Amino acid sequence: MTGLGAQPGFAGSFCAALLDPDVAVPDGIRGPDQGDAPKRFSVYRNNVVVGLMEAMRNTFPSLRAIMGDTNFDRVARNFVAYHPPVSAMMQQYGAEFAEFLASFPPLAKSPFLADLARAERAYVDAWHERDAEPASIALLSGVPEAELPTLTFARHPASTVICSKWPVADLFDRRYGPPGGEIDLGQAQNLLITRPHFTVLVNQVKLCEAEFIQALFDGAQLGEAAARGFGADPEFDFGAALAAGFSSGALLAVI
Amino acid sequence: MMQSTILQSGLQAFPCSLHPLQPRAGAGLKAEHVAEILETRPEVAFFEIHAENYMGAGGMPHAQLRAIREHHALSVHGVGMSIGGEAEINREHLARFKAVVDIYQPALVSEHLAWSTHDDVFFNDLLPLPYSDETLERVVRHVCMVQDAIGRQILIENPSSYVMFAESQWAEPDFMAEIARRSGCALLFDVNNVFVSSVNSATSPLDYIAAYPLELVQEIHLAGHAPDVDDHGNALLIDAHDRMVADDVWTLFASVLERTGALPTLIEWDNEVPHWPVLHGETCKANAFLAGCEKRAGGKVAMQREMVLS
Repeated sequence: MTGLGAQPGFAGSFCAALLDPDVAVPDGIRGPDQGDAPKRFSVYRNNVVVGLMEAMRNTFPSLRAIMGDTNFDRVARNFVAYHPPVSAMMQQYGAEFAEFLASFPPLAKSPFLADLARAERAYVDAWHERDAEPASIALLSGVPEAELPTLTFARHPASTVICSKWPVADLFDRRYGPPGGEIDLGQAQNLLITRPHFTVLVNQVKLCEAEFIQALFDGAQLGEAAARGFGADPEFDFGAALAAGFSSGALLAVI
Repeated sequence: MMQSTILQSGLQAFPCSLHPLQPRAGAGLKAEHVAEILETRPEVAFFEIHAENYMGAGGMPHAQLRAIREHHALSVHGVGMSIGGEAEINREHLARFKAVVDIYQPALVSEHLAWSTHDDVFFNDLLPLPYSDETLERVVRHVCMVQDAIGRQILIENPSSYVMFAESQWAEPDFMAEIARRSGCALLFDVNNVFVSSVNSATSPLDYIAAYPLELVQEIHLAGHAPDVDDHGNALLIDAHDRMVADDVWTLFASVLERTGALPTLIEWDNEVPHWPVLHGETCKANAFLAGCEKRAGGKVAMQREMVLS
């Protein structure tokens, strides 16, 4: 019998069978009566899979609500087999889930799921991100009007803008409870995710506002960023967009 | 975008003298209990955290832990170092672990005799290894690497086992003692793991305890386990951490304390987490056992530990 033993390799034979139930239990695993012990090995297999599935369920509650528990579990089970974690920081797990959903053939008819996965992942990232004091709108009061267009800001570390062709805000809200009505899949929506202090804020913004805030994140001057907003929508309300950027805690002051 | 980690956090370090550890009961810290703990200020000797849960850069997890640390001693328990793995210790993970220890200045730092990472995949579980001269050497090297990095002694915990390896050459108590002797680490004695493993291997937990180097133990773990049966109808206990500590484990705990005297003792409850008063009740029960025994005479043990470290 090929034994699992002191030779390098005991872990390798374990690993293949941990994530794939079709791979046979490695040889050399014993129960107390020296017999083979497939069910004993499956305690480890079960711990690993249950632990990873639990992490996926915790990170993607809106996807679970949209897809239904059974479908979500089926897809997530597939994902964990192909993309097991590469870090012991489980809070980072699932970063590739959006890409996985986008390229998973059985879900070709649900292209909106990938953006929702991005939003849910960004939410968890924001929760754990570095603490930073967001810039206050009061900052602007001392700036001479002529200099306003040249001001720059930085992205608060917990902030993310998500622009989607799909109703990502309505989809995201499904984590908060049973549907309040049909979701109109024809709607494009955008999210601004921030964490000014300890609570993560998820705000729906117009495309022009999203473009404006993303431009500021990218280091554009206030004037250029406003031009991006107007470029996206002639009705762009500069004052409202700026207020939204500050009140959500999306920005950091640049000293 | 990649989340930043504790290495970029800028969090301030606590003074190490804040709240020295008493040989009394502690509890595993759960986010859902923090508000009630801060409000009611229960008599709990220490809280234990899984280091990996606090490797993020900021936010509520650190805010809560900082508030707890203001009032209590802490124990940092790693679950992802893969000390028993074939690969070398992951340097990035070690750096984050060191940052958690540096910032929170815990009274105790511990890890497991287990592996969780192989070929860069993290399995998020404590997986078993055979006990051979070769694995011993590797475990000792890994323990030394961790201790050198964080600049302090760590405790290594005995595992719960569901399988045996045909090719193990060492008995587990001897293997643990030899790891400690060679690396200078101390030990964390998980009494529930001893019970689970002994039922699963059809051996006597009392024999295991008799063979164990209890003089090197600095912390005890207690937890609940779930009963099952294996393919041949043999009893199979699962180290589930999902219920109260079993009566058999309390009895073993008492017999361990007869030899060790009172030691910091943790109640672990990680799944089906109950309301705080239930977990607190388990710590009170542990305290009743601990109060009944004298504090261990320090002389002999301290001397042995110095020898080990020199």
